[in-house]
Amino acid sequence: MEAVFGNFDVYLAGFGLTIGLAVVSGVLSLLLGLLLAAARVGPVPVLARAAGLYVTLFRNTPLLVVFIFIAIALPRIGITFQSIEVIAVGDYNVSAFFVRAVVALTLYTSAFVCEAIRSGINAVPVGQAEAARAIGLDFGQVMRLVVLPQAARAVVPPMASVFIALTKNTSIAAAFGIAEAAATMRRFTNDNADQRVEIFLLVALGYIVIVEAIAFSSYALERRWKVAR
Amino acid sequence: MSTSVLFDVPGPRARARARLYTIISAVVLVAIAAGVVWKLYDAGQLTYDKWEVFVTPQYIVVILVDGLLVTLQMAFFSIIFAVVFGLVFGLGKLSDHRVIRWPSWLVVEFFRAVPVLILIIFVFYLLSIGGGPLSKFWCVVVALTLYNGSVLAEVFRAGVLAVPKGQAEAAYAIGMRKTQVLWIIQLPQAVKVMLPALISQCVVALKDTSLGYYIVAPGLTAVGRSIYLEFQNQVPTAIVLAVLYIAANLVLTFIAGLLQRRLIGEKRPVLDVAVAGISDRDTGRA
Repeated sequence: MEAVFGNFDVYLAGFGLTIGLAVVSGVLSLLLGLLLAAARVGPVPVLARAAGLYVTLFRNTPLLVVFIFIAIALPRIGITFQSIEVIAVGDYNVSAFFVRAVVALTLYTSAFVCEAIRSGINAVPVGQAEAARAIGLDFGQVMRLVVLPQAARAVVPPMASVFIALTKNTSIAAAFGIAEAAATMRRFTNDNADQRVEIFLLVALGYIVIVEAIAFSSYALERRWKVAR
Repeated sequence: MSTSVLFDVPGPRARARARLYTIISAVVLVAIAAGVVWKLYDAGQLTYDKWEVFVTPQYIVVILVDGLLVTLQMAFFSIIFAVVFGLVFGLGKLSDHRVIRWPSWLVVEFFRAVPVLILIIFVFYLLSIGGGPLSKFWCVVVALTLYNGSVLAEVFRAGVLAVPKGQAEAAYAIGMRKTQVLWIIQLPQAVKVMLPALISQCVVALKDTSLGYYIVAPGLTAVGRSIYLEFQNQVPTAIVLAVLYIAANLVLTFIAGLLQRRLIGEKRPVLDVAVAGISDRDTGRA
């Protein structure tokens, strides 16, 4: 126990980085995923095909290999993200390691965000759009007033699963030079091998708290947005 | 496509506009692809000596046997054990006895919420390092079993619950016992529903074997690492690794499709909905 509580600041800093990675790449992959989903359900066949290819490629590549691409292969051809290190947020300089992890996580997660959004749009019954057209709404109104509000509701549960998976996936950044929670756990265990079980349970507890927080907010949102059908 | 419902059949002007967008986006995409290739060429990544390893027979054998085969074995054992684990705890969660139900619930919820990587690290420090009984290979298998087993437990539970209630009631009515109802009536029908989720979990397990990289376990990523450390050809190695993983996963998905058509037929069972939300293929779990 005291391995963790004696260095509680390190433990908190680790989870701070985990949450930071999850939030930044979560927001970015939401944006990229929205663009991909728009391309995928949109009327331009070339874009739909390209977005489909992107999703297939990234869904079948392990995140670790994406990380190898961004963190190990790209610096070899001169893309190191080092120029970003001059930017400072508060007292901290943004590290190139952090940026690489965010890029890898964003590229990977946005493929899944795209699929979640697409499934949400497909979940809206066709009759809804037909009825909206029948009472004379134009395309913009149909989307804005009828289809998208319902799609947004249907998207909440799968999107929550995507973000939970993203949070757990940030642990892979540990293998690429980031001292987030999983790397912190390894460091603690290295220094205090006799307390490995307690260390594991405490780090696991941290993840469980984050995961449950996402799950509960998704549940609350779902309840709040629920409409009588 | 559902878009036909959303607006009228496009007229000549709308069609012309769509053509214009098609051309613009095609040009942009080709430009991006060309830019990537140019960047690789410019950085000297397309020269023969960077790729030589991957056309040398000895190394191809190493990549396929020490890399791909080991990775597939890892995934295979993980899935087999995970099915057993999932059956035990999934049925445990359905038990009528509180003493069995609650511990099963705890185990499943715990391993589902914890990242696989920290499971791997923990198993490695607990059972392998410093003369422990397990090799790194089995550390990864154990960790993947715990995680995938917990996901499968949920799948099994939902599958059994999705079988219409009348089936079990009828079985009880003709005098079957609880175990008989479960094994003879409910599980066989549940398997059909669970198959898609089970298959996607195989893909997840295959992808997760790559996490052994962090404890330097054998497998595709380990072979990749030793190759790029020796030949300094990080970019080609990363490309080859990705292609191998993608190919393996696509083959797996294809076989799954065949199997599903064979067992279930083209029509997707109505019960699908019940289990669809549980598997995490579509959520991006590593």
